[in-house]
Amino acid sequence: MSAPATRTPPKPKRRPLSPLVIFGLVVVLFIVLMALVSFFWTPFTPIYTDLKNRSVGPFTGGHWLGTDRTGRDIATRLMLGARTTLYVGIVAVGIAAIIGTPLGILAGMVRPGASEFIMRTNDILLAFPALLIALILAAKYGGSITTAMIAIGVASIPGFIRVIRSGTLQVMSTDYVKAARVAGRRGPAIAVRHVLPNVAGLVIVQASSAYAIAILAEAALSFLGLGAPPSVSSWGRMLYEGQSTMTTDPLVSVWPGVAIALAVLGFNLLGDGLRDRYDPRMAGSR
Amino acid sequence: MAWQLLRRCLIFLISTAVASFLIFWIIDSDCGPARSALGIGGTEESVQALCTQMGLKRPLIVQYWEWITHAATGDFGVSYISRRAIGPQIFDQLSVTLWLVLGAIVVALVVALPLGMASALRHGKVSGNILAAISQIGIAIPAFVAALLLVLVFAVRLRWLPANGYVVPASDPAEFLRHMILPWLSLGLVQGAVLARYVRSAVLDELGQDYLRTARAKGLTPLQALRRHGLRNASIPVLTVIGVQLVTVLVGAVIIERIFTIPGIGKGLADAAQGQDLLTVQGMVLTLVVAALMISFLVDVLYNVIDPRLRQGAGR
Repeated sequence: MSAPATRTPPKPKRRPLSPLVIFGLVVVLFIVLMALVSFFWTPFTPIYTDLKNRSVGPFTGGHWLGTDRTGRDIATRLMLGARTTLYVGIVAVGIAAIIGTPLGILAGMVRPGASEFIMRTNDILLAFPALLIALILAAKYGGSITTAMIAIGVASIPGFIRVIRSGTLQVMSTDYVKAARVAGRRGPAIAVRHVLPNVAGLVIVQASSAYAIAILAEAALSFLGLGAPPSVSSWGRMLYEGQSTMTTDPLVSVWPGVAIALAVLGFNLLGDGLRDRYDPRMAGSR
Repeated sequence: MAWQLLRRCLIFLISTAVASFLIFWIIDSDCGPARSALGIGGTEESVQALCTQMGLKRPLIVQYWEWITHAATGDFGVSYISRRAIGPQIFDQLSVTLWLVLGAIVVALVVALPLGMASALRHGKVSGNILAAISQIGIAIPAFVAALLLVLVFAVRLRWLPANGYVVPASDPAEFLRHMILPWLSLGLVQGAVLARYVRSAVLDELGQDYLRTARAKGLTPLQALRRHGLRNASIPVLTVIGVQLVTVLVGAVIIERIFTIPGIGKGLADAAQGQDLLTVQGMVLTLVVAALMISFLVDVLYNVIDPRLRQGAGR
């Protein structure tokens, strides 16, 4: 047995997480916690309208953040909105990751000509922002959460393909893949055994960034009245409803606005931090 | 150079063809226009009858060719909901949106160039970090949240500017400006924050170059050296980002125009989507996507103009 030092190089020390990443993590965890808690407990029932305390400010009548025009508790609706936001995000990013990852690996493994073709098609799809896809689908099938999730998911696929392809190209040029080739291993086996585990980190990084975009898109669609229906609490919808009482009770629209901005900031910072950890090549290049 | 240009033109044309076919296919498949023209009250038989009457049963490629050749001349058909020609409507709205987008990009540049350059030149100092943090916060705030906050402060509280509305620039330029300031800021500030980050890293890259150190050794201040030797190179990555941002702003206009009731193509599209006016949505989405593709085409051409190194790669 040879000395282990020559076989296994010392593991590079992991840098401690930066305060910004920890902040992002805390924000994301807080939103997830709020959404989970809302399944068991909310300060008020979501449809309860406190007619004595309509459009009141924070800490009035037991309403932590006040109420809206019809007397609904804002804190309760924000918690339920977190649920909608996370749900739409998970499904949308899931769609994008499940379709985009295999296609990205494929684009990185096929001949350069075919790869070029996939990437050109990808570029065309990149010209379709989530909002436009959602508007087309909403026009045809009517606006709903399902339309929003599909639209956001489909719009996020090209981003996954692009990132996963570049990761795959790197893996394909490594010695162990060449060795596997020489040993007679076929493409699909290489993709599953070697490429997938190595690009898994990239998938997580991309998912985090895509999540931030999905939150924005969901809020925007609900704000336009093309996402969550009135019966479902959504931050974008709250913002839309708050617009009518902007002059008399501006706080109603400030809370969901802050929630959206914080959620986007949280997922972006988390994505940046994960990128530094899993993808040193791209660290700091943004 | 000529070959590069031709290649880019070809990519643009193919992209437009594919994108327009996708738009057409989503809207027109399964008798879509006939279905929404009749509304929820339409029976399946009447939908099928109207579908045949409207010529939607013909091969898709034939219908597509008819639509795209008409669209190329600005004829998008007549909306079966408002009974108005869609083409002229789009052109009117597009000119309004153009003002919005251009103003927003100007705001973004005015914010990003000084902010990004200053934070690069003061890299490693406290003030540089503060400037970088400002842009980080700006990135997290979506345009429509920024818009509501701006309305809250400047229209509701301070009453300096109108909260919404639009005035045609030709009729009253001063009022036009007053009405556009908040929309411009809502779209531009956020993009400016994003752009500042790219300007910062592009300028930092340049500051580390040998030729810039030589220029400094000759006695130029960092700013002078940058202006003479660095800015042209730094402008290349920044240009890409501006291209992407133009598209983002164009799409962001959908929401901003809704908030400020500006009669542009974005508001038109949102309204049409809500009213299930399929033909109008089709025409407007096509216009926006073609505009987006055209922007990325122009950015690519501009690369070649700015960066002489790319011009030599003709044989690639």
